Amino acid sequence: MTDLLILGAGPAGMAASARAAGLGLSVVLIDEQPRAGGQIYREVDRVSGPRGAILGADYLRGRALTGALAHPRITHLGGATVWQVGAGPEVFLTRNGQAERIAGQRLLIATGALERPMPVPGWTLPGVMTTGAAQILLKRSGLVAERAVLAGSGPLLYLVAAQMVRAGTPPLALVETQRMGDLLAAQGHLTGALRGIRDLAKGLGLLADLRRAGVRRFTGVRDMAVLGDTRTEGIAFTTAKGPQQIACDTVLLHHGVVPNTQIPRSIEADHAWSDHQRCFAPVTDAWGETTVAGVFVAGDGGGILGAQAAELSGQLAALQVACTLGAITTGDRDLAARPLRRALARQRAFRRFLDRAYPPYSGGLAPKDDTVVCRCEEITAGQVRAAAARGAMGPNQCKAFLRVGMGPCQGRYCGATITELLASAHRQTPDQTGAFRIRPPIKPVTLGEIAAMVAASDTEAET
Amino acid sequence: MKPVFRDLTPDRPRVTIRFGGQALSVPEGETLAAALLLAGIEAFRDTPATGRPRGPFCMMGACYDCLVQIDGVTRQACMTEVSEGLEVHRVPRPGDADD
Repeated sequence: MTDLLILGAGPAGMAASARAAGLGLSVVLIDEQPRAGGQIYREVDRVSGPRGAILGADYLRGRALTGALAHPRITHLGGATVWQVGAGPEVFLTRNGQAERIAGQRLLIATGALERPMPVPGWTLPGVMTTGAAQILLKRSGLVAERAVLAGSGPLLYLVAAQMVRAGTPPLALVETQRMGDLLAAQGHLTGALRGIRDLAKGLGLLADLRRAGVRRFTGVRDMAVLGDTRTEGIAFTTAKGPQQIACDTVLLHHGVVPNTQIPRSIEADHAWSDHQRCFAPVTDAWGETTVAGVFVAGDGGGILGAQAAELSGQLAALQVACTLGAITTGDRDLAARPLRRALARQRAFRRFLDRAYPPYSGGLAPKDDTVVCRCEEITAGQVRAAAARGAMGPNQCKAFLRVGMGPCQGRYCGATITELLASAHRQTPDQTGAFRIRPPIKPVTLGEIAAMVAASDTEAET
Repeated sequence: MKPVFRDLTPDRPRVTIRFGGQALSVPEGETLAAALLLAGIEAFRDTPATGRPRGPFCMMGACYDCLVQIDGVTRQACMTEVSEGLEVHRVPRPGDADD
């Protein structure tokens, strides 16, 4: 049996694979994309020439991680859609149209983050995407939106805008929701910011690039709405100077990312609400082990700390797995963990500063009544509030009232909003309110694929 | 419609696919979602609930907004790669006549 199964070939999963294999463990690294990298280093092995220069050195450093996967004890299963995970641990997946079950001694979930849902009027129109989506189009496909506005808050907006400038297609504007007061409040975390001084300097460098390119910036924005009837035609918002409108073809939304908790939720691992990151994350010990024994979480899926921290938490989990499987002593484990923990503390301090300086857009956390919050079933915030008034206490009860969260995305892009709306309506904490229960299949699988898998295992049992 | 995205490497080898009966010349090996966007198609389907148009949103297989139909199976365009002759249909809405 494989020693360690890892879900997700991003920085956490790749770093954990290399560390575990280096300690003598056998690793199966399972990922939905054909090639390793995760979303942050998507297609990093195939990007060359000008596109590499546009994406920058921080992106290209992902090649060290993908390169380290060429190890005899690492099996990388690309293009694999995981649709069920069991404590055991075991993983059910479909690859090249074939379903299969893989069991391991331990499981590491490194499935990263999702964009925080940002429900604003018009956000379901064609032409509205997440800022992360625009970056994936650039990395994977070399596509740049020609007349785009980036809207929301956070350093990703600056990075993507700067990459668009380098690609020769600057965005029309940055429409930012954070206020001067947020930056002032963040100064309480200045020591943390200074510990991430190199990242801070990079951020300031990006802002200088945008200024030089003449990209307009609006800050402290409120009342944001995407304009258009059947496609995106512009964006409207209010600043201190009054109402504004910009005509555009594409609106790229972003106000932070949140842990993708679908898989840990599906195995009923405990989760807790983080007030300062304003999201749920799995409860873990200092090595990333969840409340389900033998199942670990690393990277942004365990709390948002970024790509460099993901490599560190991935390695910490690998050390503990190696230790519990008898490959290393606790002394060796602790010695190896020390520098990782020191580096992780620096990343955590810097993240505290960023979280405070770029809070989520309040209008996207508590949308107006007529704004769609569940994209799949097209349920509005007003309908959720009305259901709350009729007695829906938590997200799962709300499903029965409205079918909210029951469409194909299975609550990935409404779960956080529904929890916040219900918590606010009932004056409860998000922990008291809870989250959608996630049940397999966590991604669609055909009956034919399951039937073929069952038939194959019957044949195996007979022979 | 004129595409709203610019292709940084326009001289790539191309293949022909069909979307809703329309023949499109698109870059080989590209994701279907990117290929359709480059062909000037932004709305891939109409929603089952209200019939409003939808296009790609997350590009990473999470939002299920870019759904299309291939060989009778509903698939995510952002998770599918194009190849010569790929036949893609719009996802029918409940109540649509079978074709």
